[in-house]
Parts: sequence; structure tokens; C-alpha cells
Amino acid sequence: MTGFRLDKGGLIDRKAPLYFTFDGRAFTGFAGDTLASALISNDVHLMGRSFKYHRPRGVISAGSSEPNALVELREGARKEANTRATMIELHDGLVAKSQNHWPSLEFDIGALNSLASAMFVAGFYYKTFMWPKSFWEKIYEPIIRKAAGLGNASKEADPDKYEKAYAHCDLLVVGSGPAGLIAALMAARSGARIILADESSTLGGSLLNENEEIGGMSGHAWAIGVIGELGSKSNVTLMPRTTIFGWYDDNIFGAVERVNDHVLEPSPYEPRQRYWRIMAKRAVMATGAEERPIVFGGNDVPGVMTAGALRTYANRYAAAAGKSVVVFTNNNSGYRTARDMNAHGVHVEVIIDSRKEPNVDAGGVPVIRGGAIVNVRGGKRVSGVELADHRMIPCDAVAMSGGWSPIVNLMCHRGAKPKWDERIAGFVPPDVGDRFVAAGSAAGRMLLSECLADGARAGTLKGKTPAIPKCRDEAFAVTPLWWVKESTGKAFVDYQNDSTAKDLPLAAQEGYRDIELAKRYTTAGMATDQGKLGNVNAIAILAEATGRTMDQVGTTTFRPYYTPVSFGAIAGPFVGHHFQPVRKTPLHDWADELGAVFVETGLWMRSSWFPQAGEDWLASASREVLATRERVGLCDVSTLGKIDVQGKDAAEFLNRLYCNTFSTLDVGKARYGLMLREDGIVFDDGTTSRLAADHFLMTTTTANAARVMSHMEFCHQAHWPELDVQYVSVTEQWAQMAIAGPKARATLQKIVDKVTLDDTGFPYLAAKEISILGGMTARLFRISFSGEHAYELAVPADYGNLVARSIMQAGEEFGITPYGIEALSIMRIEKGHVAGGELNGTTTAGDLGLGKMMSSKKDYIGRMMAAREGLTDKNRQCVVGIRPFDAADKIRAGSHILKKEDAPSMAADQGYISSVAWSPMLNMWLGLALLSNGRERHGEVVKIFDGVRKIHMFGVICDPMQYDRENKKLHA
Amino acid sequence: MLIKCPHCGTRPVEEFTFNGDASIQRPTSNDPATMDQWFDYVYLRDNPKGRFDEYAHHSSGCRAWLVVTRDTQTHEIFNVVTARDYAKKRVAS
Amino acid sequence: MKYSVFSLLKNTLSGHKKWPAAWRDPQPKKDYEVVIIGGGGHGLATAYYLAKVHGISNVAVLEKSWLGSGNVGRNTTIIRSNYMLPGNNPFYEWSMKLWEGLEQDFNFNAMVSQRGVLNLCHTDPQRDAFARRGNAMRIDGVDAELLDAEGVREMYPFLDFNNARFPIKGGILQRRGGTVRHDAVAWGYARGADSRGVDIIQNCEVTGIKTVKGKVVGVGTNKGFIGCKKLGLAAAGNSSEVAAMAGLKLPIESHVLQAFVSEGLKPYIDGVVTFGAGHFYVSQSDKGGLVFGGDIDGYNSYARRGNLPMVEHVIEAGVAMIPGLARVRVLRSWGGIMDMSMDGSPIIDKTSIDGLYLNAGWCYGGFKATPASGWCFAHTIAHDELHKLNAAYRLDRFRRGYMIDEKGQGASPNLH
Repeated sequence: MTGFRLDKGGLIDRKAPLYFTFDGRAFTGFAGDTLASALISNDVHLMGRSFKYHRPRGVISAGSSEPNALVELREGARKEANTRATMIELHDGLVAKSQNHWPSLEFDIGALNSLASAMFVAGFYYKTFMWPKSFWEKIYEPIIRKAAGLGNASKEADPDKYEKAYAHCDLLVVGSGPAGLIAALMAARSGARIILADESSTLGGSLLNENEEIGGMSGHAWAIGVIGELGSKSNVTLMPRTTIFGWYDDNIFGAVERVNDHVLEPSPYEPRQRYWRIMAKRAVMATGAEERPIVFGGNDVPGVMTAGALRTYANRYAAAAGKSVVVFTNNNSGYRTARDMNAHGVHVEVIIDSRKEPNVDAGGVPVIRGGAIVNVRGGKRVSGVELADHRMIPCDAVAMSGGWSPIVNLMCHRGAKPKWDERIAGFVPPDVGDRFVAAGSAAGRMLLSECLADGARAGTLKGKTPAIPKCRDEAFAVTPLWWVKESTGKAFVDYQNDSTAKDLPLAAQEGYRDIELAKRYTTAGMATDQGKLGNVNAIAILAEATGRTMDQVGTTTFRPYYTPVSFGAIAGPFVGHHFQPVRKTPLHDWADELGAVFVETGLWMRSSWFPQAGEDWLASASREVLATRERVGLCDVSTLGKIDVQGKDAAEFLNRLYCNTFSTLDVGKARYGLMLREDGIVFDDGTTSRLAADHFLMTTTTANAARVMSHMEFCHQAHWPELDVQYVSVTEQWAQMAIAGPKARATLQKIVDKVTLDDTGFPYLAAKEISILGGMTARLFRISFSGEHAYELAVPADYGNLVARSIMQAGEEFGITPYGIEALSIMRIEKGHVAGGELNGTTTAGDLGLGKMMSSKKDYIGRMMAAREGLTDKNRQCVVGIRPFDAADKIRAGSHILKKEDAPSMAADQGYISSVAWSPMLNMWLGLALLSNGRERHGEVVKIFDGVRKIHMFGVICDPMQYDRENKKLHA
Repeated sequence: MLIKCPHCGTRPVEEFTFNGDASIQRPTSNDPATMDQWFDYVYLRDNPKGRFDEYAHHSSGCRAWLVVTRDTQTHEIFNVVTARDYAKKRVAS
Repeated sequence: MKYSVFSLLKNTLSGHKKWPAAWRDPQPKKDYEVVIIGGGGHGLATAYYLAKVHGISNVAVLEKSWLGSGNVGRNTTIIRSNYMLPGNNPFYEWSMKLWEGLEQDFNFNAMVSQRGVLNLCHTDPQRDAFARRGNAMRIDGVDAELLDAEGVREMYPFLDFNNARFPIKGGILQRRGGTVRHDAVAWGYARGADSRGVDIIQNCEVTGIKTVKGKVVGVGTNKGFIGCKKLGLAAAGNSSEVAAMAGLKLPIESHVLQAFVSEGLKPYIDGVVTFGAGHFYVSQSDKGGLVFGGDIDGYNSYARRGNLPMVEHVIEAGVAMIPGLARVRVLRSWGGIMDMSMDGSPIIDKTSIDGLYLNAGWCYGGFKATPASGWCFAHTIAHDELHKLNAAYRLDRFRRGYMIDEKGQGASPNLH
């Protein structure tokens, strides 16, 4: 062995060297390496700094549980913080930086915290930083915030793309070690649809890391054979690089597939990651087991790692973590490491076994029985270990094994708790029914033969479980040793958060005895690995400190995500402009041609004003109002909800939905309707027309279109299924436009076939199917929101643009002007018509001045609750008009109203301004307001309070209708 | 969560909109003496921990209102019927 | 022992062996003057103020699990007093004032951090509604600022100002809003209450409420019968179940609300920001995690976990608001059970049963209300009458028609 790269072996491709940098230094690795294994092979162990004490840290593990070796991967907009070096597939050009230090990884000022660590025990910050009071936010907290956190995240938009996908399968197998592979194989042979997912870049699980023998060949060779067979079957989907991160109701699994994290940049048109929702009929949790550290002094010095990690680096990556290894173990795993390292030609100094009488093949390595490490020497790299009997053994790597914990996380995501199993000294998964079962070491079956048998059983969906291949078993035996109490150095339980063994008894001493309280107080288990390595040790130490058993203490709650998942993956493509769909009206193109400015209204883009050169929105809207009021205007009102209601009981249905009556409406006429919620508050309004005795066309507000439809379906299906009525939303089937103004009739008459639009042929509130432009079906309604002589014309959606252009042509001689919803809004406020600002979900019919519409002759939704005293209280705020006292002042929506003599206070508050508009007709700002007992107060001078804009003035209360109060224009 | 719509088959939960307790029936009388019944209907809820009949609208599907019988602790679904059938059965019983 | 830098130094010198328990672990006495059901934030705060303000320390707080195991240990830690309606506004402002002096008051650093709460708006009507709300705050002397898009950009330039589906038009900012270390609130109140003689009894589940002639006399528990003259219910998501033991039916449904935390990051976002075009709010804890959440899942639930559609919805909104978040990773999500009331506002009131008091219906807003809720509930229990701050939070407001409906959604709890 030259350097730390083993001369032979490993699953790396020595013909494919890869060049990368870490903290600006250039290194070389091979295809098949992870960043961690490449750094180790380059003798780099110092990879990061811990959270609180800024201790130098190297890798502890070789997998996704890694708490220490977190790096900032990539640069610029692709920079991602806290990426596990153990999971980063090495690629050419990779750039990584270590985190959480200043000024450098080698020399970190923050490490001074270590000196004060005697004070920085669990929860110290709850006890101090309180004096003087003002110092917390100005001094203490900013320092803490800067020191805390781990990596720096990018604030730039991510240039990469993400996808979402859905999958269904008969069997989902999570994990591709021996149990997972054989489960998938058995199920696949039965023809069932299988998904086999594994978080690693390569399928095979522990068979990639360990020397095993299955069916007369190496475990790895056997795995290749099985994967080959699975890969050849059309009913099998193999998903490497895919983490199943959570288990949800009805056997739905969340997963993220790292499609392109192993390359520098995804190719165009390929996502970086893909989020999956997997609906599985059954699932097998073959997630294996996690090796635990032992809690002893200096168990965090770079070069100390789990025994299995040391083996993995050597066996899979041909990387030696040291040249002279000390093993510290309480179970047989350490021996296996010693033998494997020996086989690779790495010197193993000694095995320190905490057990008194183990009888395991040590491969010729000396064994100290009943021993323990009390401290590890070295700062940024192990230089030796001190034993309880004061012996000092030089070495440059320590392999530790505190036993194995079945990886039970997924099975506990829906609330079930794992159970302590003395036999293996680990928590085993709960029974959650036969749709999700554990197999192999995840189920606490620690022998390879048990894993194979268990996996085969779990994968047999019908019939008898076939025989499994013969294999060699590594004996499993463990005698717990959690914490070397004689430790002289700091002994860590949670590496990343720097929770030490002493923190847990202290927490218990201070009353934080429950594991959940202890976790929160010490932060053990709250780091990015969510306690994968440290939690069982924490539970054991707390159990001892409080005289309880492991089961009595229990685990903290397992929750998603098994490993952290990027926001990008879960968001998928639904970000930026694609966050929500865009709805365009059938008249969009027409409005666009005329230079309309479109504004978001819910999902709709509505034409809001049609500016001419040099006009701002207000100038444009004012011109549009004047043109409409003086001549004629055309406005797109297609977004109004339209519901076609038919059937024998249609009129009765509407009677029950609206507070006013529709059964008395004549065929060919329209009527304004007001709909309440069951609690008596106004829900929605709109005109409804009767096209035939059993055929109505309802309209709703734009905002409530969908809710009204759902409400109707609810009322019909849940309350009155006996009613013979059908209804369907036709909002998108019809383009609808308002034609308003003194010349509206003349304009329309030019395109209408046959019908004469006079007061006899088409009187106010007429509503009829007609034909226009020589045979096109249309619906015409003589209704008005602007207060002008006006019509609404509906035509099949696809003809919308054509008809709008035709009307513009027809109206040209009259000076027709397109107007947008700003002008519409001005005109409705001039006329005192209520809209969204007043229909705000808290107003009654009475508040809106529409109390007389409430019928007393029939049952309808909301009738009973509307009678409550609070809804009829005379001091309720009701709709009034409001103007500035000084006509030159501008009033603003959202301003509150006070009596003119009152000082501002909530107690004195009288109401607020709900809508305002500049009235080009009255040449002043005017508005609608909701004012306590407002109807009695017309003429009152009030104080207008606009604290957020620091503008205050006086106003005058008036009737909501402020323009053409005799409605002369409407009937002109 | 997956809900088996009687019309559309098994569909994911985001296709549905929920509207509370289905077991309470809208009173029919407008007599002021029935105000208590109305108040109960509009405002008071048993809010059980366990088996619960809940209105669910297949709003992104067939638009049927359903009554889903579900355990509010485990989210296990026992039964799904249309609100129409549920209402008819209630009238019959 | 008073917590201070001096006590910390002193205890460091004695190897931290002498720190006393922050609270005792007592067995319940035979009876108490007041029993509070629910050892969460509100229950503990109530006990604290009963002892401290009203001199009633013969009090037990019964918690069926560990103290603070309810919503106080499972929320997004935001405090604010940016309410609009008269019934709410003074109450939440009093809560804010209590937050501002809380740590010195109960001698526990709960990391009250007033780094500002900013609500974004994306349309003109939304801005008008914010102006209305801001003015409701300002009219009573509460701080509120209306920002335009430039004002927002100055604070948070990394929000999506370039490619947003719903452009940011401005926002309303309450600088005194912020976050508090949530667990520490439970611990601070528990320690403060305990030191004044209150018994906090963990793992004590109430199984029944006993009344005699319409008056409360005690509760049955898994630790035996505990007598009391007055009984306060502060059981949050379990309110309906507990109230049912006294034969009461509440205007409440229980729903699951999910929340999330990201991996720890160096300072990323200073204050609290809420998205106005989707359900998303975010802040960053002192430890570095982005703490965020969204809307309730929508179905009635007592399971402290939700499902993927809402997870997706929340995170889509997050990336829509802050595009850079795409490469940040979410670490953990959890669910809490919200006692969603019929108008979105809480209830702190007496009940039809003598000696039985109710504190419930907090919807999403329970955490920020903790101090004032405890304060008002303690007053209501001690004096058998409502404090003027909770005068609007009466149970009979629904029957009488005086709802406090900030969102205007009516009697649909899952829409509040």
C-alpha cells in the first residue's frame, strides 16, 4: 500500500481518475468513490467543524447517517449546504468546501468555545443572556445566530429543474441488501410489479461493503446475479439513488431520486432530482441496521469511525482510514473489521473488547478483554488511544462498534413505536400490519442466513417460500457498553450538535427526564442526522441516570424525512411562473391587441385598463369611464361564474339557495340574487336569468365561482337529493362582455339579428337567447353594473374575440372604447354597488342595504342564523358612501373611521373604508365604507384615520349611490 | 391518504375537499322555537376521536359529495358512500 | 435558584452537580383549589399567573404526557399582534407586551426575538385589506408599517421579484413581531409556577370530570381522583374530548397542521415572512433551521401527522416565494392538532357548569397567545368573571351572533 489507497480491490474504476477540489486544494479520486472515500484515500480526515464547540471532525460513517462530514457542494446558484461527503458520488470537476469555521477549517476561532465548554453545558443559554434586557436582540442573539447554523445556502434561483412522478406497484422493496434483493427476486419471479429502491448509487447494500459468501460465490457476485435477473424483467423497476423518505397513510411512500447529483450539471431537459409518490399494495422494509458509536472520550477525533465504516472504505472503496488501527468494540463487528483490514494489509494494533469473555476469531490480532478507551489523543487526527488502565496505544485510526440498531424509521412514521429487544440490544420495528413488513437486519435478524430467509419470506406474495441459497454466517453477539464513564476527554452522544454524555444526566437532574424533554434540552438527536447514530446511546444513558429500562424511556418520535430532502424536489416544476396555472379569458387576445394591461385576479389574468400613449392606470381608467358614460364602452366580464341550472325543480332549488325568490321570475327575464351562508352571512351575489320554465342561467362573482358551484352540489346532494335539478358550470364555455353607455343600444343593434332592442322588444332586465352576426347563437341580458344603459352579451367562447372585434367595429361610429376592470370598479363605486370589498364574508344582507331581499315566505340557506341578535344589531357596520371633506383630498381604502371629535383607539373605531375610486364624473375621490349604524349617519362629518400611511383627514358620510341617483341613465 | 370514490375508484386525497361532520342533519323547520336545533347544526360538533362520518367533495373528480367513514386517529377509511345515498338512508331510518 | 450568568459560573465550578430540578415531580394531592387540565403553554401560563398575579398557588396542572408535549412543543414559534378585529387586537397586543417582559419575569431565557413579521401582498385588494388591518393596529397604538414592493425588496432582496406568478406588490410589517424558543416557554412557565407552589403532574391523564348539582368537584385520573373547587380546561386539540366529560359540546373541530424545519444554515432570513399567494410562512431559528409551515390538511384529525399533498403545497409555495430554497433541504416535518373554532377565534370563558372554565379554539394562533391566554384565563378563574381583554371570547357569541371572524369564512373550521 502506498499512501492510503489500497493497491487492489474495491469497486472503484482505477482507469477512470477524477479530479476535484476540497477547500481549494486539488485532489484525485476514481469513479466509484464518494467524496469521503476519495478524501480518505488522500489522507484527508479533517472535513468539518462541529456545531457548538467547533471541534475538528472527520467522517464517522460511510453512509447517509453521517453527522460530521457535511460540506458545501458546488458553487454559485448551485451551491448546496450540509451535503454528506459520504453520499456524494465523486465526479470530475467537483468543488466542495468545508463549513462552519472562521477563518479556516484548519484554524477556527470558534474552537475557543471549547475552552468555555465547561460552562456551555446542556441548556446553558436558557439560564443566561437575560441581562440587561436590551442586549439579547442587539448583542447576544446576533452573535449566536452567526455562530450557529452549518453551511451557507444559495439565495439565487436554482438553475436546475425538478420533476414529480407517481408510481403504483404490488410490492415496494426499500433497501437492496441481501434481504431486499431476495425479497424483490421472489416477488419478481411471481410476476408482480416490483419497485426496488436504494439510497446508494449502486444496488447491493451491505453486499457491496462486506466480504460475504452466498451460494458458493462472493456476496457481491451473488448480488450482481440477482440484480441482473431483476433488471431483465419488465415487471421490475430498479431505483438506485432513490431514498424512500417517508411512509404515509394508505401505504403511500414519498421518495426522491437523485437523477443527476452525480454529475457536475444535469444535461438540459433532464431534472436534477425527481420526487416520487409511490402507492404500494405491499412494502418490505429491508433497510438494514446502523452501527452505533460507543460514547468515550475523544470519540469524535478525526480518524475515529464505526468499525463497519472502516471496512466499507477498505472493501468497497479501497481506501484505508489509517495505517495502524485500534478496534474498540462491544460486539463481534470489531473482529470482522480487524480481519478485513488485516487481509488488506493494514496493520491492526489491537482489539479492545469491553466484554470479558468473547470468543471470536480475531485473525491473529491481539485482544484486550474487558478494556475500554477513555480518551483519544490527537486534535485533527488520531495519534493514539488511552485505555482505562492508563495504557497508551499509538494509532492513526480507531474503529468502534457499539452494536447495531435496526433502521426502523419508516415503519414508525405513522405513530407506532419500536420495541426494545435485549437479544440484539436494539430497538426492533413495531408490527404495523401485513401491508408493510420488515425483513432482515431491519427486523433485528442479524445473521446473513436469517436475512435471506426473512427477505425470501417477505417477497413471497403467494405460495410457499422457495429455498434460499446457502451462505456463511458471521456470528452475532453483543453485550451493551454505552458510555465509558472513566472517559477523560469529551465523550459525544450527538456529534453534530456536540451533546455529550454528561448533558443527559444533567438534563435528568434538572427535571427534563422524559426522553422528549431531554432531547429538546440537550439537542441530542436534533441534528441533520436526526439521531441515527446517537439516539440509542442517549436513551441508554438517560435510562441509567433515571433508573429506568430502555423500554420505559423509549424513543423520541420518528418522523419524515429519513434523510433531508431538497425543497426543489418536493416543489417539482410548480415554482416561479408555474406556481399556479394561468387562466385567460376567451377575450384575452382581443384585449391584448388593444394594449390591455392584465392583472392577476385569482388565477385569471383580467384586462384592467387599456392605456394610450403617456397614460398611467388612473388616466386610462378615467378616460374609459368618461367614454363609457358619455358614449359606449366594451368590457370583458367572462370571468364571472356561470352556472346552467335545469330541471323540474330548478326554480325551487334556486329559491332555497338564494335569500330572495326565483320561482316568480318570468321566462326571459333576469333578477339580481343574494346568496347567504348557513350562518346568515352573505356568501355571493349575481344575476340569474330564466331562459325557460325549467332552465336558469346563474352568474356568480369571479372570486366565488368555484365555491358557489361546490355549495350547490353540497346542498343538492346532502340536503335535498329529492330535487329534480341538474346544473353545470359553463363559465369557460361562454365569452361574456358588457356593452354599456348611451350608445350601447345603437352599437348592439348593428350586430343583432331580427330583435329590436327597444324598451318593448328588449326591456330592462330582459334575458334571451338571440342570434347575432347573421346566425351566431348568443345570449343577451339587459343588465347593468355600471349604472348605464347596458347589456351583457354571451357568445360561445371560441367566438369571443371575433364578436368583440365586431362590436368594436360596429361601435366605431359612436366612439366605442374598451374598458377594463379598473373603470368597471370606478363606475360600480360611483353607483354604490357592492363587490369584493363589501362582500367580505362578514357582512349581512342588511349591512349591504339589501335586507329587504330576504324572503320570509320560504326556507333558504342562512335564514335562521341571520335572525340572531348579533346579525341584526343596529350598531353593526353597514355600507355607506364616503367622500373627503375637502374635495381635493384623496381617501384611501383600508382607512378607519372615527367620530370627528374622537382620538384614535380601537374602542372608538367606527368602521373602515372598503373601496375607493377617483370619480371622473364627480371629479373627486369617493368610496364605500362599512360604518357602525351607518344608515343613520348620512351627512355626518367623520375623521378618517390612515395610520399606516400617516395621512389623516375628515370625510363626509353619504348614500352609497353617489352618481345618477335617479338611475336616469340606466333606463335611458 | 387514498379515498375510494364510488364513481371514480381509488383517488388521492388532494382531489377531495372536506366539509366536516356528516352525521348532523340540517333542520327543516323555520319556527323560531327550533333555534337550538339550528344552532347545534351550524355550530356544535362532537369532534370524535375515532370513527367519524365526514363530508368529502370529489371536487377535482366527479364532483360528487361523499361521506367518508374514517378513523380520525389512524386515518383508516372504513367506508365511502355518496352523500346522496347517505341522506336517503338517513331519511329512511 | 435564580438563573443568571453568576449562577452559571458558580455551577460550572461545582461541575454542574448542584443545579436543582427546574420543577418537582410531585404526586397529586387529594384536592386543590384549582386544577388545570393540560400542561401545555396555556395551562402552564394559567397556573403561573394564578400563583403570581392572583396569589392562588394551591393549583395542579395535569398533563397526560410530558409537560409541553402539545402544541407549545410543536409549532412555528411566531409571535405577532397584527390582528384586525376589536375582539382580538387588544388581547394579542397584551400578549405581545407580556412576551416583551417575559424572560425577566419568569427568569428563563426563552429567546424572545422581535425580528419582525412581514406579510406579503400580491394584489390591490390584498393591499387594501392589509391597510385596514394595519390601521386597526395603529389606531390602538400597535406598530404596523405598510411597505411597497421596493420596501420589501430592501428587506428581502432574494424573494422572487423576477419570475413570480403573483408579483409581490408590498407587505405589512410588524417590527415587534418575531419568534420565541417555543419549548422554553413551557419550561419557563413550568419552573415559575412550580417555584410558587403549583404541582405540575406529568403522565396524569384525566378520565372523567365529576360534578355535583351542576358544580365541579374534581376529576378522575389515571392517578386517582383529584378534587378541586375550580377546573380549567386548556387541552387544545383535545378540548372536545375533555369537555365531553362534562357533557359539553363545543363549536370546535380538531385538525392536523403540519410544520417543518430545514437543515441548519448560516443566517439566511432574518425575520418572519409570510407568502400572500399561497400557504407558506418561514423564519429561521437561532440554531439555524428554517422553520416553516402552511395550511391544515383539511380533514378532521387527531393524528399528529399529515400527508404529502399538503407537504408539496407548502414547499411549492416556499420555492415560489424564495427561489433559492430549491437547494435547501427539509429535515423534519411534524403535525400538531389544532382546535379549530367556528369563527377562527378562541374561547376563554366560564361554562354552564359552576366552577368549570374553558380555554380553547386557538386554531393556528395558540402559541403567540400563550401569555395573554394564561393571564386572562387565570383572571377568569380567579374572579369567576371575564377580563376585559377576553370579554369577546365568550362561548355564547356563536349563539348570539357576535362572531370574531378575521378571515370571513364562517362556520367552516377548516377554512380558518
